[in-house]
Amino acid sequence: MKQTLNWQIASVKDTKSETANVKSFTLTLPAWMRHRAGQHYDIRLTAEDGYQAQRSYSIASEPEREGEVDITVERINDGEVSTYLHDVLVPGDRIEARGPIGGYFVWEATMDESLLLIAGGSGVVPLMSMIRHRAAAGAKNPTSLLYSSRNFEDIIYYNELEQLRSANHGVQVFHTLTRSQPPAWKGYSRRIDQDMLKEVAQPLGRSVQVFICGPTLLVEAAANTLVKIGINSNQIRTERFGPTGG
Amino acid sequence: MAEERFISRGFVGKRRGGEKKDRIPPGQYLTNDFPVLSAGPTPRTPLDKWTFAIEGLVKERISWTWQEFLQLPMQTYVVDISCVTKWTHLDMKWEGVSLDTLLEHADLDRNAMFVTAFSDGGYTTNLPLTDVINGQSFIALKYDDKPLAPEHGGPARMVVPHLYFWKSAKWVRGIRLMEKDKPGFWESAGYHNHADPWKEQRYWND
Repeated sequence: MKQTLNWQIASVKDTKSETANVKSFTLTLPAWMRHRAGQHYDIRLTAEDGYQAQRSYSIASEPEREGEVDITVERINDGEVSTYLHDVLVPGDRIEARGPIGGYFVWEATMDESLLLIAGGSGVVPLMSMIRHRAAAGAKNPTSLLYSSRNFEDIIYYNELEQLRSANHGVQVFHTLTRSQPPAWKGYSRRIDQDMLKEVAQPLGRSVQVFICGPTLLVEAAANTLVKIGINSNQIRTERFGPTGG
Repeated sequence: MAEERFISRGFVGKRRGGEKKDRIPPGQYLTNDFPVLSAGPTPRTPLDKWTFAIEGLVKERISWTWQEFLQLPMQTYVVDISCVTKWTHLDMKWEGVSLDTLLEHADLDRNAMFVTAFSDGGYTTNLPLTDVINGQSFIALKYDDKPLAPEHGGPARMVVPHLYFWKSAKWVRGIRLMEKDKPGFWESAGYHNHADPWKEQRYWND
């Protein structure tokens, strides 16, 4: 049970721009291990003189894909690892990784309660792994994603989410744009609030399992409001940019 | 397993920290933020219902109300904190009550070797008694001269600066003394049992 998480040298198979400052990386792992949707990998960079930097990145892909994972990374302007991944790393490069890590913010398709996923910005990444896992496993539990972005151009996975929505597998997708909206925008246009959460959550019933990932203020507001409207706090799992821990 | 030396093509790094870099444990980066990380909604216990208890292997269970707790001698601590999510924040200023002060009130069973800190919301974390005594931990009520905010674990958080920050239980409501070690919330979910950042004890078997 207590497996050792060794560092392994992954190969970059592919990169994909998701938005102006968000990229996905497909990593091929020699010691691949099936992950649980919601887990992350640690990435370690080493300079020639031995200096090292590490960060954690959520897995975006479904566990059904063997031998590789996608991580989706937002470029932080004064960042150290995200800037390297965005600006330097290309297909064919190798990179040190270890994982999968994290045993709480995870969803399995065998959990058949209805599912409410709430994301802010790149907090959508681990939730996307859950949505993809749900689709790959053919799960039928009612599922809604409420996803807050600043502008339309900042929405990650927009097209894939539209396809999933229209495929009629029981996934509903609600977007809210907090800063600007395109003409004829049909989604929400404000920060996540109590009315919005009622509209999205109540059709999913009282036993809904909730996962929230995003910036602290969004997570705090959404989690506290859900408790206020009657959802039991032990049905709510949160992650606030940067997985797990103190 | 011996790790072969791997160089990341074209990586130089930011190397923040300057002359303070010796205070940054391996694999950590320096931040001046105070990131918030927790597994569920922030619990809120009204202060008139709040208590702090020492229980388990003690002759008699002890419990303080909030008002009683405020009467205990408070100290200021300026400490470096490292979170397993890789951030390190130097010189964080807290005010709180030393675990030594609290344990003076308790008559410990001689078999008491381990501590489980328990919190509102059901969180637990485990520590050897030898890691919490002798000035190594405290129950913080203030951060940066202000009452500790709920999202940072207020009203009271146990702080154990020499271990990764998940060992510093938010919303702490007491400690249970035990003869045998019992993995807590994250310790049962893949995270290291002891969690020394200088040994990079992040995950099981690190």
